[in-house]
Amino acid sequence: MGIEESAPPFMLGTVESFVGWARAGSMWPATFGLACCAIEMMGTGTSRFDISRIGSEVFRGSPRQADVMIVAGRVSNKMAPIVRQVYDQMADPKWVLSMGVCASSGGMFNNYAIVQGVDHVVPVDIYLPGCPPRPEMLINALLELQEQVKSTPMGRNRREIAAAAEAAALTATPTSDMKGLLR
Amino acid sequence: MTPEQTMPQATGPDFDDPNAPEFTAYGGDWSEIADEAARLGQQRVVINMGPQHPSTHGVLRVMLEIEGETVTEARAGIGYLHTGIEKNMEFRTWTQGVTFATRMDYVASMFNEAVFCLGTEKLLGITDDVPEKANVLRVLMMELTRIGSHLVAIGTGGNEMGATTVMTTAFIGREDTFRVIEMLSGLRTNNAYIRPGGVAQDTPEGFVDYVRDMIPLVKQRLDELADIQLKNPIFIGRLKDVAVLDLAPAMSLGVTGPMLRSAGVPYDVRKADPYCGYEDYDFQVPTSTDADAYSRVILRLEECYESLKIVEQCAARLEELEGAPVMVADKKIAWPAQLSLGTDGQGNSPEHIKHIMGDSMEALIHHFKLVTEGFKVPAGQAYVAVENPKGLLGCHVVSDGGTKPWRAHFRDPGFNNLQALSILTQGGQVADVVVAIATIDMVLGGVDR
Amino acid sequence: MSETQDLSGAAPVAPEGRTLINVRQGMFGGPGGDTSGYGGLKRVIEMPGATERPYGEWFDGVVDVLEELLGERAGEAIQYVVVDRGELTLHVAREHLLEVATHLRDDQDLRFEMCLGVSGVHYPADEGRELHACYPMQSITHNRRLRVEVAVSEDDARIPSITSVYPMNNWHERETYDFFGIVFDGHPALARIAMPDDWVGHPQRKDYPLGGIPIEYKGAEVPSPDTRRQYR
Repeated sequence: MGIEESAPPFMLGTVESFVGWARAGSMWPATFGLACCAIEMMGTGTSRFDISRIGSEVFRGSPRQADVMIVAGRVSNKMAPIVRQVYDQMADPKWVLSMGVCASSGGMFNNYAIVQGVDHVVPVDIYLPGCPPRPEMLINALLELQEQVKSTPMGRNRREIAAAAEAAALTATPTSDMKGLLR
Repeated sequence: MTPEQTMPQATGPDFDDPNAPEFTAYGGDWSEIADEAARLGQQRVVINMGPQHPSTHGVLRVMLEIEGETVTEARAGIGYLHTGIEKNMEFRTWTQGVTFATRMDYVASMFNEAVFCLGTEKLLGITDDVPEKANVLRVLMMELTRIGSHLVAIGTGGNEMGATTVMTTAFIGREDTFRVIEMLSGLRTNNAYIRPGGVAQDTPEGFVDYVRDMIPLVKQRLDELADIQLKNPIFIGRLKDVAVLDLAPAMSLGVTGPMLRSAGVPYDVRKADPYCGYEDYDFQVPTSTDADAYSRVILRLEECYESLKIVEQCAARLEELEGAPVMVADKKIAWPAQLSLGTDGQGNSPEHIKHIMGDSMEALIHHFKLVTEGFKVPAGQAYVAVENPKGLLGCHVVSDGGTKPWRAHFRDPGFNNLQALSILTQGGQVADVVVAIATIDMVLGGVDR
Repeated sequence: MSETQDLSGAAPVAPEGRTLINVRQGMFGGPGGDTSGYGGLKRVIEMPGATERPYGEWFDGVVDVLEELLGERAGEAIQYVVVDRGELTLHVAREHLLEVATHLRDDQDLRFEMCLGVSGVHYPADEGRELHACYPMQSITHNRRLRVEVAVSEDDARIPSITSVYPMNNWHERETYDFFGIVFDGHPALARIAMPDDWVGHPQRKDYPLGGIPIEYKGAEVPSPDTRRQYR
């Protein structure tokens, strides 16, 4: 009993939700593997986990054709400008998934060579913990990102919501002031 | 030219014409560049491949000088994944060092752990005290990882040549080996399973049967890979007599592993200088004299079959060693807790926690001292080598008598083998560069460390 | 790259064939780690020292052949020999390194076909010989492995390149230059390999900080590993 048999003559909805739905269904990742996580990302792309179930199997070699950049692995100081360039080459709208602790915060490599979190270089939409995260976790992160994308506001709404979020962030307690919470 | 400049070099002297015109291309203006170059009568084009390129196995950068479709010069640029692992290890205890070592060559992580632990054990002088079951488990894990690494090499190599089925087939086989590795260590990769003095935990119930069930599954995938690749005319055309590395350049560039064996030298550290009891296993070292990319793929497939033979022998031995210890008896070195798998992952076993928290204050002190401070290793240095899927993986460890390494240095086979890239690709087609990189099979995490 | 320079003289000779690693004071080693209040303990930590003949196994034969090939320069070239944990280490004066390497590769009784790279080690306490370069040599023919060690001072950190004998050491020497600042004279293209070209300093020396940042989370701060109190 699908939509073919009882198609309504018309449907109501917002452009926002329609565009979000259309965008979320096929997020193409840029082929951009850095380290250990890239191997798990490749594993996610192959048969046991099969990323194509969620519409992301088309790994694009050219960043211009990609929607989401999966930063899979540790970002060294030497690599950071290249990560930024790949991000700049991607066409809007674009999203960044920081895969694994090294990309998210530097992880166990707190030293001279590694950028302590790829968010120093590109804006990150979703962080995925793990060292390396299992393929199931990557799929979950992509699904979460799809939820974000589906509800992305547009036009005037977008500006209003961004302004409200910024105002709320300015009045919030900074993490460095949240003292005495680690027991 | 001085004699030094004419000898074979992976990185040749700089291009020495300062007046050569330079063209820079971004995006889609290639036709203009080509027109301009043709107008000036210049055929020399330098293109940059990577570090973000789908076919360079990670973050390798290759600078190619081409004339038409022919590569006239190729140079590799590395270091884009330099992680400072060796320096980081100097600030962690010898046991913690394993967790750093395992993240170097992340496709063959078990070998990094093994070589570092063998080095530590050599410094401690306890090489012969490691229990037999620990050695069997090490061999088992190393061979499973070898299969996984070779499958990644074959699979991604096939994918880079346009055959996605090769990659999906290879990865199904690799996932089968992962199930065994996961059952034993709790993790898919970066396991930190091999520890100085033994291994992190004993086999769970029903493990040997699980290993035995895995073997035919992997064998089936290997058969499939051989069937869909080796007789395929496109595959043969792309690989046969491509990326040839003969014996002389292979020896002078210090190439090891399947690349050296494809040139005819049956050198395998497992046979030449056995470690972890490899002398007691029955296996062959496949060798070829074709020295081309095709023969390297065949060698890797054959090595997988040999590894499965070793895995079978390991399973038989594990059956006999039921209940045997997996850590050295010396409590001053052995990790105090047996790890176990809980619902929230791998951790100290409940019995051990009951013992140190409820029964014995001394056990708690011992646990605390050994875990936070670590064990002391007598001053000195040691060098050990193991046969990694890519070649000879060496480890030079120096101790200052303390609880942390003074220096740990790894000789990754990929680092050495990658030096041969220029010789493999110069004079060939641009498309063959991808084949050459795929059959070198380096992992940039190991190359850069 | 730089021309081969005169390396005679100035080659530091090991005092009685020993490598000093550290002098530790206090009870727990590291600075500030002494919680007992008593700092009077003093421990001198050294690498295993020179070994007297016989060395055992095949070691005597190899050293004999090498000494014979070097002739009267043998005493000067091979400063001392260490046999420790079943490994043979030849401490070689840098001005004779190229000759020693050539003999090790070419002589049929030695035939060390492969040099497994060069590993730099920094011993800041070993005055005048702070930087050591270790060359593990592998013989496939005889299935043997030995180590050649060359020590230089920080102020004059120059070692002749052996890439003319072992081309496989090209990248390894670049790496050791990058991380330790040892200049390999005669190397065809001694550039940085792992760090960016404009990087300042040689990060794996002991006086170069690890470079970690303190981690702060909800008011609690964890210092980076090299600034924590350490037990050595």
